[in-house]
Amino acid sequence: MAFNTLTEVQEQLREGKLTCSALVEEHLKRIEENQHLNAFLEVFAHDARSRATVIDQKIKRGSSGKLAGMIIGIKDNICFKGHKVSASSRILEDFTSLYSSTVVDRLLNEDAIIIGRLNCDEFAMGSANEFSAFGPVKNPLDNTKVTGGSSGGSAAAVAAGLCHVALGSDTGGSIRQPASFCGVVGLKPTYGRVSRHGLIAFASSFDQIGPFATSVEDAALIYEVMAGADEYDSTASQREVEKTDFSATSDKPMRIAFLKDALTDPSLDAEIRERTQELISQLQEKGHTVEGVSFPWMDYMVPVYYILTTAEASSNLARYDGIHYGQRSEKATDLESTYKLSRTEGFGDEVKRRILLGTFVLSSGYYDAYYGKAQKARRVVKEETEKILADYDLILSPTSPHTAFELGKKQLDPTVMYLEDIFTVQANICGNPAVSLPLGKHSNGMPFGIHLMGRAWDEKTLLEFSAQLMNNN
Amino acid sequence: MEDILKNYEPVIGLEIHVQLNTLSKAYSSDATEYGAMPNTQVNMISLGHPGTLPRVNEKVIEYAVRLGIACNCTIRERNEYARKNYFYADLPKGYQITQDTTPICNGGYVEIKDADGKDKKIHLTRIHMEEDSGKSIHDIDPFNTLIDLNRAGVPLLEIVSEPEFRNGQEAYNYLAEMRKLVRYLDISDGNMEEGSLRCDVNISVRPVGREKFGTKVEVKNMNSFRNVQKAIDYEIKRQVELIESGGEVVQQTRTFDAARGSTMVLRAKEDAHDYRYFPEPDLQPVIVREDYISRVKDNLPPLPKELFNKYRELGLNEYDASLLTESKEVALYFENLISHTGNYKAAANWIMGPVKSYLNDKAMHIEAFPITAEKIAQLIEMVDAGKVSNSAASGEMFRALIENPDQDPATLAKEMNLIQESDAGALMEHVHAALAKYPEKVEEYKAGKKGLLGLFMGEVMKLSGGKADPKVASKLVQQELEKQQ
Amino acid sequence: MKLTKEQVEKLAHLARLEFTEEQKESMLNDMDNILGFVEKINGLNLEGIDPLIYMSDEVNVLRKDEVKQETSKDDALKNAPSKDTDYFKVPKIINRGEE
Repeated sequence: MAFNTLTEVQEQLREGKLTCSALVEEHLKRIEENQHLNAFLEVFAHDARSRATVIDQKIKRGSSGKLAGMIIGIKDNICFKGHKVSASSRILEDFTSLYSSTVVDRLLNEDAIIIGRLNCDEFAMGSANEFSAFGPVKNPLDNTKVTGGSSGGSAAAVAAGLCHVALGSDTGGSIRQPASFCGVVGLKPTYGRVSRHGLIAFASSFDQIGPFATSVEDAALIYEVMAGADEYDSTASQREVEKTDFSATSDKPMRIAFLKDALTDPSLDAEIRERTQELISQLQEKGHTVEGVSFPWMDYMVPVYYILTTAEASSNLARYDGIHYGQRSEKATDLESTYKLSRTEGFGDEVKRRILLGTFVLSSGYYDAYYGKAQKARRVVKEETEKILADYDLILSPTSPHTAFELGKKQLDPTVMYLEDIFTVQANICGNPAVSLPLGKHSNGMPFGIHLMGRAWDEKTLLEFSAQLMNNN
Repeated sequence: MEDILKNYEPVIGLEIHVQLNTLSKAYSSDATEYGAMPNTQVNMISLGHPGTLPRVNEKVIEYAVRLGIACNCTIRERNEYARKNYFYADLPKGYQITQDTTPICNGGYVEIKDADGKDKKIHLTRIHMEEDSGKSIHDIDPFNTLIDLNRAGVPLLEIVSEPEFRNGQEAYNYLAEMRKLVRYLDISDGNMEEGSLRCDVNISVRPVGREKFGTKVEVKNMNSFRNVQKAIDYEIKRQVELIESGGEVVQQTRTFDAARGSTMVLRAKEDAHDYRYFPEPDLQPVIVREDYISRVKDNLPPLPKELFNKYRELGLNEYDASLLTESKEVALYFENLISHTGNYKAAANWIMGPVKSYLNDKAMHIEAFPITAEKIAQLIEMVDAGKVSNSAASGEMFRALIENPDQDPATLAKEMNLIQESDAGALMEHVHAALAKYPEKVEEYKAGKKGLLGLFMGEVMKLSGGKADPKVASKLVQQELEKQQ
Repeated sequence: MKLTKEQVEKLAHLARLEFTEEQKESMLNDMDNILGFVEKINGLNLEGIDPLIYMSDEVNVLRKDEVKQETSKDDALKNAPSKDTDYFKVPKIINRGEE
């Protein structure tokens, strides 16, 4: 029962050859068979089955929504009313959300079925999904390898066919990098495109929710249903969401830039470099203009990212205090010990590291030197990137310097992991939309992604060209 | 002690928090009503649940601009929000959304009377928008603190004054004026006992003539204007005594013990918080433009100072004008009253006389006063026209209208047989009769004893059954007496 | 820059986290690496540049002053670690902090 796009599924549903109930059973079975991946933290079997019955009725009546037949998994930092959500953290282990995120409401309104919540790095902080309080996620293509992170569960679930599409969140590459490691499509929309209401906040001015899918078309469909103004998120844009049109085959020659400094980065795997250069040649042969541009700020992007995101996170995570909800330490005897013990017991090491760093860069006497500077550097990176995109339609690069690495590799230096984000953070620093397309296969057997970043609010160009690329490869 | 105090200049600033009476909270749509059952006026946003985001209440901006206009502040065009980070049990998010470097109002002033009754301007540093925290209750459960988050997220305006106060009386007057202002502007109940107006004080002293400021002490937790006054006066003495005895004032936070009438240490400086202010990334800037400010200005209710000046111009004295503008509701009633009568002095007397007495007697607010301003105006007109005497109007008729406010005063006067006789023809009979009764007295009057007018008046009143219009009767009597010369 | 142990302790307190002596050493080490890494931005010339604060260009995103009851008292207390029928409960505070 392998289908590539929702269109194929819906055709079968319409013709009565398939029912949502059957689809749900099939996916529940696959999930059961793939428990070793540890992708799902919780499966909403009962929910999914009841919904399927209802939607099957609607299909018969011809009143079903755009996403009828779509089985979706949501990252464990996206709220779903009446369901547990924990950000893969002990501190929220038994927490039940009182409301649904805007994205979940919109998807359910179009009759999608949410089959479960997906493992991730704790509070979305990580690049391998090894920082989850509930165990790492295994890469479906090679169980000894990581999935990437932080939306590791989401990437793995789609790669293993456990759900049709999955939602993740992307703050520095947390959708695109695991998409690259698992061989699926991962999209991060423009900052402000998709409402953050109901997304457990990591870094408020970086976070965006986005889809994982096996095709650009499905990713685009989910994105269009979720995107658009929301009164519950003041940072969400009022702008119209332009519809993508995949039916038109465009011969329009694109102007594509690649960052010379990215391709010469010493951390980049040789095969990935080669494949990227190969792709560049192919595109040039097709008549597109693909040119290398200088971007001397590569080395500054990840530091800027870490200063700003940890600062925002240190504040966003202050609410996890053991007082009104979440885990409270049994050893707490007064207010101070309630805070300290609950938070110390509840948060993992990576989260604590980032909270400390974030607290430091905002603290009295250091604000200007770190946070203030990073805000200015952010403006420089954004303006310089926009200059490039004024001249080119897209910026191309590999998504990640290498393919999925081995599970359990102990890092003595936390900053080594930070460089995983080197190609992806730019889109979050600037707020631009970006996608990882599974266009590479390494000789080591693992997939890798090609990364495209577009102009702000121009998901249409990005997605339409991405579909072309995918279909021609 | 008095003499020693004269050698020191107290430098005092007040920080007032005004709780706004909007229907919903500053950043979420849950209700703000005072006195609700605990934790019934909360939602996932004010609870700080995972994934929630704030949403700015447009009314808070309007109220802040109202206050800014009333205090002659400069209103900021580009407003931003900031996070003030600290941990406390009644602060669900672990930070307060406030304004740090971009307060909505800067500068401005409030006019008060100083301790000697002279006019004084207290300048403001700034006014900014923020949110309230919940309530921690320590004394119900011996082992636990109970938390009620109804108040968490209720909008506040913080008003910071320049350190221009010199004594407790000035602070008291300022608080009273601020309370009057927020009630006039209809943005807050300004009630210290209910917590809708709170005050923190910063006090230092320095020898007269020295420029350098002394060490500042913060005093918190005063729950009435009187206590603010007492706390200030106590603290000034304490600091002066300390310095005089060779000690040094330590920077600290103190609390006021109302029972003892003294301040005590609450927190030493070492525990001072590092709030790590940074711009609130979840809220976009609020741009307040000239046209918006003009609209708010046009829709402002009249302010106490404006009305005070207006009444002075109408010929009322300072005392009357001041009393009439003490409360917005009284002023509004008075405004209504003088729209129906041109006799401003009489109107003022009516409000401050019969109406106020009645309200005081019944411990009633003027909003509950049964007689409409129109009817009071009618009474005034009737007295002026001589139709009824002032004592009849403010006595029997007033009481009758209280009982039955729907009655028409003119009809009532007739029914109660209070209509004065002011028709000269009708009165002439009584005048002649009166003069005829006391011929010897008429002679004495003609000889110079003008005081005997009262005797003839009394007779005319008796003969007319009390209904003679004294003014008219008096004139007639005198005329007749002249004729008889 | 290199942090001292006292600074780590202060930061931990500000963030309401507790570390054993061993963990403090480890955190100190981590922070050294991290700060060394992020201090790269000191290589940038940022003279006269304005900080970038807002990633969205919306302004005046305002909500009408209307009451919407979205959460019941029971829901509000549902996830509380300790509560009674009406209140959240916290073990007794001995020292009164912010009022």
